[in-house]
Amino acid sequence: MKNLQQSIFVLIFVCLTATCVPCLRAAQVADSLSSDKAVLGQAAIDSLSHLLTLDEVVVSARRREEPIIPAQTLEGNRLSSLSTQSVADAMRYFSGVQIKDFGGVGGIKTVDIRSMGSNHLGVFYDGIEIGNAQNGTVDLGKFSMENIDQVALYNGQKSDIFQPAKDYGSAGTLYLKTRRPKFTDSKTFNVVATMKAGTFGLANPSVLYEQKITENIHLSANAEFTYAHGRYHFRYRKVMTDGSVAWDTTAVRQNGDVHTWRAEVGLFGYMPEGKWHVKGYFYDSEKGIPGAIVNNVWKISQRQWDRNAFVHGNFTKTIVSGYDLQVNMKYSNDWMRYLNPDTTLMYMDNSFTQQEVYVSMAHRLNLSGMHALVEPWRSSAFNWDLSIAADYQWNYLEGNLANFVFPERQTVLAAAATQLYWKYLRMQASVLATFVFDKIHRPTVEIPVATKQKPQVTPAVFVSYQPYLKEELFIRAFYKNIFRMPTFNDLYYTDIGSITLEPEYAAQYNGGVQYDKSFLRGVVSRVGVKVDGYFNQVKNKIVAIPKGNGQYRWQMMNYGYVEIRGCDANANLMLRFPHDVYMTLAAAYTFQKAQDLTDPDDYTYRGQIAYIPWHSGSATVNLQWNGLALNYSFIYVGERYHNSANIPSNYERPWYTHDLALSYEMALGKKSNGKITPRLHFALEINNMLNQQYEVILNYPMPGINGKGIVKVIL
Amino acid sequence: MRSFYFPYCLLLVVAVVVLSCRTEVVVNNGEQEEAGYRVNGNLSGFYLLNEGSMGSNKATLDFYDFATAIYHRNIYAQRNPNVPKELGDVGNDLKIYGSRLYAVINCSNKIEVMDAQTCKRIGQIDIPNCRYLRFSGQYGYITSYAGPVQITPQYSQVGYVARFDTATLELKAQCLVGFQPDELEIVGDKMYVANSGGYMVPNYENTISVIDLGSFTELKRIPVAVNLHHLRADNHGQLWVSSRGDYYGNASRLYCIDTATDEVVDSLQVGVSDFWLDDDRLYVYSNEWSYLDMSDAMTYAIVDVVKHEVLTRNFITDGTEKDIQKPYGLCVNPINKDIYITDAKMYVTPGTLFCYSADGVLQWKVRTGDIPAHFSFLGK
Repeated sequence: MKNLQQSIFVLIFVCLTATCVPCLRAAQVADSLSSDKAVLGQAAIDSLSHLLTLDEVVVSARRREEPIIPAQTLEGNRLSSLSTQSVADAMRYFSGVQIKDFGGVGGIKTVDIRSMGSNHLGVFYDGIEIGNAQNGTVDLGKFSMENIDQVALYNGQKSDIFQPAKDYGSAGTLYLKTRRPKFTDSKTFNVVATMKAGTFGLANPSVLYEQKITENIHLSANAEFTYAHGRYHFRYRKVMTDGSVAWDTTAVRQNGDVHTWRAEVGLFGYMPEGKWHVKGYFYDSEKGIPGAIVNNVWKISQRQWDRNAFVHGNFTKTIVSGYDLQVNMKYSNDWMRYLNPDTTLMYMDNSFTQQEVYVSMAHRLNLSGMHALVEPWRSSAFNWDLSIAADYQWNYLEGNLANFVFPERQTVLAAAATQLYWKYLRMQASVLATFVFDKIHRPTVEIPVATKQKPQVTPAVFVSYQPYLKEELFIRAFYKNIFRMPTFNDLYYTDIGSITLEPEYAAQYNGGVQYDKSFLRGVVSRVGVKVDGYFNQVKNKIVAIPKGNGQYRWQMMNYGYVEIRGCDANANLMLRFPHDVYMTLAAAYTFQKAQDLTDPDDYTYRGQIAYIPWHSGSATVNLQWNGLALNYSFIYVGERYHNSANIPSNYERPWYTHDLALSYEMALGKKSNGKITPRLHFALEINNMLNQQYEVILNYPMPGINGKGIVKVIL
Repeated sequence: MRSFYFPYCLLLVVAVVVLSCRTEVVVNNGEQEEAGYRVNGNLSGFYLLNEGSMGSNKATLDFYDFATAIYHRNIYAQRNPNVPKELGDVGNDLKIYGSRLYAVINCSNKIEVMDAQTCKRIGQIDIPNCRYLRFSGQYGYITSYAGPVQITPQYSQVGYVARFDTATLELKAQCLVGFQPDELEIVGDKMYVANSGGYMVPNYENTISVIDLGSFTELKRIPVAVNLHHLRADNHGQLWVSSRGDYYGNASRLYCIDTATDEVVDSLQVGVSDFWLDDDRLYVYSNEWSYLDMSDAMTYAIVDVVKHEVLTRNFITDGTEKDIQKPYGLCVNPINKDIYITDAKMYVTPGTLFCYSADGVLQWKVRTGDIPAHFSFLGK
C-alpha cells in the first residue's frame, strides 16, 4: 500500500507543479507572439528576394512540432504501393533494423533495432505504447497494415518535446499511426471496402466507415477478418563439395493457419487550438505455431489464442498561448492461451491475462514567448520550450502455471525536457526518472511480497545544426542512455527465480548528416541522402542461463556485454518525366558490427551476435502514371551466424527477395461540381519472385514465391 | 528517354549478378583438430554425443581417435552426407552394442542406428520422446515418456519401455511403467526403470519399476526418492540410483539398492547430475540447482561402491574446476583412468571437453558441439 501511495504522491506532485507555472505566467504570455510565426515570417521575407526558391525555404524552416532528428517514415503512396501484409513487412524497408521472422502469415515477427534486442524497441499505436509486461516483445506480425497511414521509426527517441514520459523510455521507438478521418469537399462520410486474397489460402476482407458527426467530431470504424491456411512448400537442399546433390527434400509447412478478427472504433474531436480522440481496439485470433523443422519431425501441433482489447484516449490543447497540455489514458486487457497437445512432448495448456492501466500528463511551456523572462533574447529566430511529463502505469499478470506468482507492477515515469531553436541550431535535452514497484501474489500465501527496483535516471541529448538556411543540410548528433526493465517472464516465470535481476542498459552515440534538395525544373525533382554512424553498448544484458542438469530449467541473469558499431544510410531520388510519369528510387543500407564481449575465454568472444548480418539493405523503384503504379523492391540480408560462436557450422547464407506490385486506381463516373466520385482500386502483388528458399531463423523455412490480389472500393 | 531506362537496366544487371552469386549449401564435412595424446590399448577411441538445444536440430556426434589423438567434430554429417537434416534434434543417450552404435535422438523421436566403426547410418527406430537405452541378448530396450494419455482428472501420460530387435530394428513389445521413465538397467533377468514424474511437478514419481525380462511385465515398484534419474549396476549385485530432488527441500542424492532383495540399503549425501562406473569407483558430478540457495552447487566426487564411502568431493586437484561453467557429461578411460568432463556452458554455444589425469590435473581440452553430454567407448 505504501508503494501505491508513494507513486500517487509523486504523480500528483509533478502534475501540480507543472500546472501552477503556466497560471502564474498566463497574463504575461497573453500578448506574446508565437515564435513559430516569427520563423515563418523570416522565411517569407527571404523568399521575397529569392522568389524561385520559395519552396525550399518553407520546407527548411521546420515547424517546432517536428522532432529534431526526423524519423524514417513510410506513408501515403509509397507505403500503399509496397506489398506489406503486416507492420513487420513495412519495417524491412528501414535501415538499422533486423526482422526476426519465423515465417508464414501467422509466424512471429519481431524487430531488433540496431542490434540492441527487440526488448529495446517501444511500439506506439496512435501515440500510446503497446506494452507487453509479460515478455517485453511486441509481435509486429499481429498488426495489420490495413488501417495504418504512417509507420515511423526513431532511433534514440522521438526528439519531440511535447510527449508523454513513456516516449522517452526506449532505445528506439516505432510509431504506428492509423488513418484519421478526412472529408474532402462536402462529403460527410467515407466508406472503403477491401478484399485481399492470395496464396497460403489468404482471405482478408475489411471495411472502413468514417462519418462526420458534426463539423468538429468525426467517427471512424474499421473491421477486418483474416483467414489463411498458411501452408506452403519449402525446400532444403545440400550439395557435396564437387557440386553433386547430397540431398534435396521438399515438404509442406503445416500448422500455420490463422483466424483473426480485428475491430477498431475511434472518435476524433477538434476544438480551437486543441484536439482529442478516443479509440477502442479489439483483436481476437487463433493460430497454429508452425515450429522448427528438425530431422524426423515435419508436423507440429502447438496452438495459440490471443485476445487483446484496449481503450485509449488523448486530449491535447493550448490552454493559453505558450502553454500546452496533453493527457493520455489507456486500459488494456490481453489474454493469451498456449496449447501443446503433442503427445510426444510435455503437455501444456497455459493461459495468461495481463492488464494495464496507463495515465499520462504532459505540459509544454514556450519560454521564449514570455517576454518578461527573455526580453533581451527575443529575436525572430529564437525559440525555447520546456516540458514536464508524468506517467503512471499499472500492470498485472495472471496465469495458470504451477507455482505461478501473479506479479503486479507499478511504474511511475517522470520526464523533463527542454528544447532550444536558435538560428541554425536546434537542441533538446531530456531526463527521465523511472520508479518501479513490483509485488507478487502467491496463491498459497495471503500477503503479497513487495519488491522495489532501484530508481533509474536516464538522460538524452539531441543536437541538429543547419549550416545554411537555404539548404536542407542538417548535421546531427545524439546521445542517449536508457534501459529496459526485466519483464515478468525474466523475473517470475515459474518461480521467484531472479528477483535480484537488474535492468539491461543501452547507451547510444550517434552522429549523422542529411541533405535534401528539390528542383523546380528538370527530370530530377528531389534528391535526398542521409548517413548516420553509431556506437551502442548494451550492458548487463539479460540472458537465460541454464541451471542444473537435464530438464531445461533456466535462470535469468545479467550477464552479457555487447558493443555495436554501425552505419545506416538512406538515399532517394524522385524523377518526373513527360506525360505525367513519375519515378521514385529509394535505397537503404545498414552495416553492423555487433560483438559479444562477454567472456574472453568463450568461443563467442568478439563474435558477431546471433542473426545480425554485417550488411543488409533494400532498394525500391516506384513508377506512377495516372492511376497506374508499379513497384519493385529488393531486400537483401547478408551473411550472418545463427550463434555468436562464429564457426563454420553456425554460418547462414545471405538471402534476398524480389517483390513486384502493380496497382491501378480508377474513378467510377466523372467528377462533377467538385464532388468526388466513387473509385475502384486494384492491386496485384508477387513476392519472392525468384522463389528463393531461405530462412531468417534456423529451421524456420520462409515461403517461396507468393502472391496476392487486392480489390478496394472507395466511396 | 535514355535516363528513364538507365536505372532499370542498372538494377536488372545488379539483380542478375547478385542472384547468380548465391552459393549452394555444401554438406558439413566436419572438422578435425589435434588434441591431447595417444592412448594405447584395446580401445579405438570414444564417441561423444552433443545434445544441441531444442529446436536447433544440432545433435552431433564427435569422435576422439586414441591412435592419432585427433578430435573429429560432427563425424555423423561427414560420414552420412546424404541424410536430410543430419542427425536430429536433442541427443539423449549413446550406446555401442555389438558392432553397432545407437544414438537416442529425443526430439526427433528416434534411435539412429549406425555402424560403430564407420559411423555410417544403418537405419532408425521410431520411438516418440525416447530417453535411455540398454541391451540384453538380441534385444534393445528404450524408455519413452510418450505412453497412453489419461485424463484422471488431470491430463497425464504414463511412460513405457519398448523392446526392439537389434537385427531387424523392429519394435517387438511394450511394457508400461511410471510417469516419465528415465534411465534403465538390466541385472540378470530383471530390468530396473527409474520413474521421474518430471512432467508432473510438484507430484514427482518416487519409484523404480522392476520388470521381468522373460515375460516383459512389471513385477513391482521400489519406493526410493523423488524424481529419479540415473541407474547403474555394479559388479557386486548393487544398483546405484540418483534422485534429482525437487530443487527445494529435497536435495539430489545417491541411493543404493540390493538387487537380491530389491530394497534400498544405503543412501549417500552426494548430489548427482550424472555418474560413471569404473571398476569399483563411481565417479559423480553434480551441478545442482537449489531454489533455496538460489545457486548451483558443483561437486566432483568419487564413491567407493564396496565400502559405500565418498572418497573425495573434488577429484579435480589443480583448481581448474572454476573453468567449467556447466558440467554436463562424464566418463573415465578404462585404460589410463583419464577423466573426461564436458562443459555445456550456455547451452546454445559450443561446449568444451576437458581431459583430466587420474590424479585430477587438467591435461587438455577441445571444443565440441553444442551441449556435449554422452560418451561411448569404441573397442578395436
